[in-house]
Amino acid sequence: MEKILLEAQDITVNYGAIKALSGFSLKLMEHEIVSVIGANGAGKSTFMNALMGMVRITGGKFFLEGSPLSSKNYKIVRSGLSLVPEGRRIFTPLTVEENLRIGAFSRKNRNEIRDDYDWIFSLFPILKERLKQYAGTLSGGEQQMLAIGRALMAKPKILLLDEPSLGLAPIIIQNIFKELKRINEQGVSILLVEQNAKQALLLSHRAYVLQTGRLLKEGFSRDLLEDSDIKAAYLGQSS
Amino acid sequence: MKRNIILILIGLALALWPLGGYQEGIIILMCINCVAAMGVSILTGFTGIFTLGHAAYMALGAYTAAILTVRYGISVFPSILAGGFMAILVAWLIGLPTLKLTGDYYAIASLGLCEAIRLILENWQSFTRGSRGFPGIEPYTTRGFAVTIFIFLAIITFNFLESRLGRELKASRDDGVAASLMGFDTHKSKMKALVISAFYCGISGALLGGYMGFIQPSMFDMMKSTELTAVVVFGGLGSLSGTILGSAAITLIMEYFRDISQYRMLIYGLLLVIIMVFRPEGLLGSREIWDLKMGVKK
Ligand SMILES: Nc1ncnc2c1ncn2[C@@H]1O[C@H](COP(=O)(O)OP(=O)(O)O)[C@@H](O)[C@H]1O
Ligand SMILES: [Mg+2]
Repeated sequence: MEKILLEAQDITVNYGAIKALSGFSLKLMEHEIVSVIGANGAGKSTFMNALMGMVRITGGKFFLEGSPLSSKNYKIVRSGLSLVPEGRRIFTPLTVEENLRIGAFSRKNRNEIRDDYDWIFSLFPILKERLKQYAGTLSGGEQQMLAIGRALMAKPKILLLDEPSLGLAPIIIQNIFKELKRINEQGVSILLVEQNAKQALLLSHRAYVLQTGRLLKEGFSRDLLEDSDIKAAYLGQSS
Repeated sequence: MKRNIILILIGLALALWPLGGYQEGIIILMCINCVAAMGVSILTGFTGIFTLGHAAYMALGAYTAAILTVRYGISVFPSILAGGFMAILVAWLIGLPTLKLTGDYYAIASLGLCEAIRLILENWQSFTRGSRGFPGIEPYTTRGFAVTIFIFLAIITFNFLESRLGRELKASRDDGVAASLMGFDTHKSKMKALVISAFYCGISGALLGGYMGFIQPSMFDMMKSTELTAVVVFGGLGSLSGTILGSAAITLIMEYFRDISQYRMLIYGLLLVIIMVFRPEGLLGSREIWDLKMGVKK
């Protein structure tokens, strides 16, 4: 049987009077790619930030491999979750190399860290060429690759991505999503939130549709791709 | 490494170049000021926390070393270290509540701290002799000693800024949220930077006492605090070589134009305005001097 890696139960988040998430639940199995799709303002980033301990939840619980997840962000990172945040948030005044090394902060084993550099360079060879370059001088696509590489340097069990396609040209999006698939095939589970529903559904095994903080629908991604409501509301214009 | 060798050569030149007593004094002051400025640079330039009160840590270091050597006959080196540790202790107590909050709470608290420490030193007459000052400090800060400590700390600081801890500080400066996401406890990162910077200032204060032979609370007022931060901004936030150059330059200017030293605040103000207008990123920006030479641009 497949093992449940991550479970979110009835997560509720309020920003003052604004209800950003109302009782949202989700499961991520080992080796799985799950996506959460929804329009702008649906609560996707709120969910990711709540999961990483960056936003306080008003209700609900997170479980990682059956045990409650800590609420302190640095403990969450150490327990195996690593987020590529919305808008990438790389350290622009630092070099590509420094960014990657910072990503490995929570780890000790130097040999393993060295192997992971090679792994990341095999996924994104451009980063190796740009190693000494200041991260702020990279193109948007390269910055997103760096953000993913930096997150992978933490050697996560689960890679979380908040809108990795944001602001990128379609061809670059496809390139990055192809690498996400490879990352997953090499044993990292992936939780992805996206406005770009088509790309997310093409990549993921299962998906949840979020609408103004509530679950609208969930299921296998290939079924959702054929679902007439989803087609009309989310797949209309997207590439 | 090449950089360490260059620093040692600079140190040898500063220590051994035959000079008259007046020039020697300027070199000692330069080293003392550079040590304090490096401390503030770690906090403000590399961790992004503004301070307007680091003269307080100099005062703590100076009075601790002076009282230990003069009144308790403790030898010089442990007394100087004790000065550094006294600064660490107070910084830790101040940082604990204020650095937890985001924004510039520390800067505001540091203003109060500076005045509070000065008032305590002025009013605790039985222990510190108050505003009359504390005389009779053994002149232990010789040129060789000041240069050795400065170069030693400079080498350590350059290397530490490229270490794991250095990257931790820069990450929390550049993007606190992203740093948290990398698994940093950003409150702890900031505490580390504050405590280290206080230590440097404590050592610097202890050296100043050993150079002047006499200390008084007014030497460590807000003007001195402002000067420390101004020098770091002047040299370029995030550039240690810029801090050192800036601090050395300002010490020289102030000493060679002693006659106009009552206008020093005016001069700082003017310098800062000129920098803001013509080079808002400071003398060296956020690059070290050797990066500029290689033409690496922002
Ligand atoms: N820090 C905040 N303070 C107040 N409201 C917020 C904050 N962050 C997000 N919101 C609100 O919460 C809702 C969900 O936002 P978000 O999670 O960013 O959505 P998404 O990532 O799906 O676009 C929106 O209505 C947004 O305006
Ligand atoms: Mg979002």
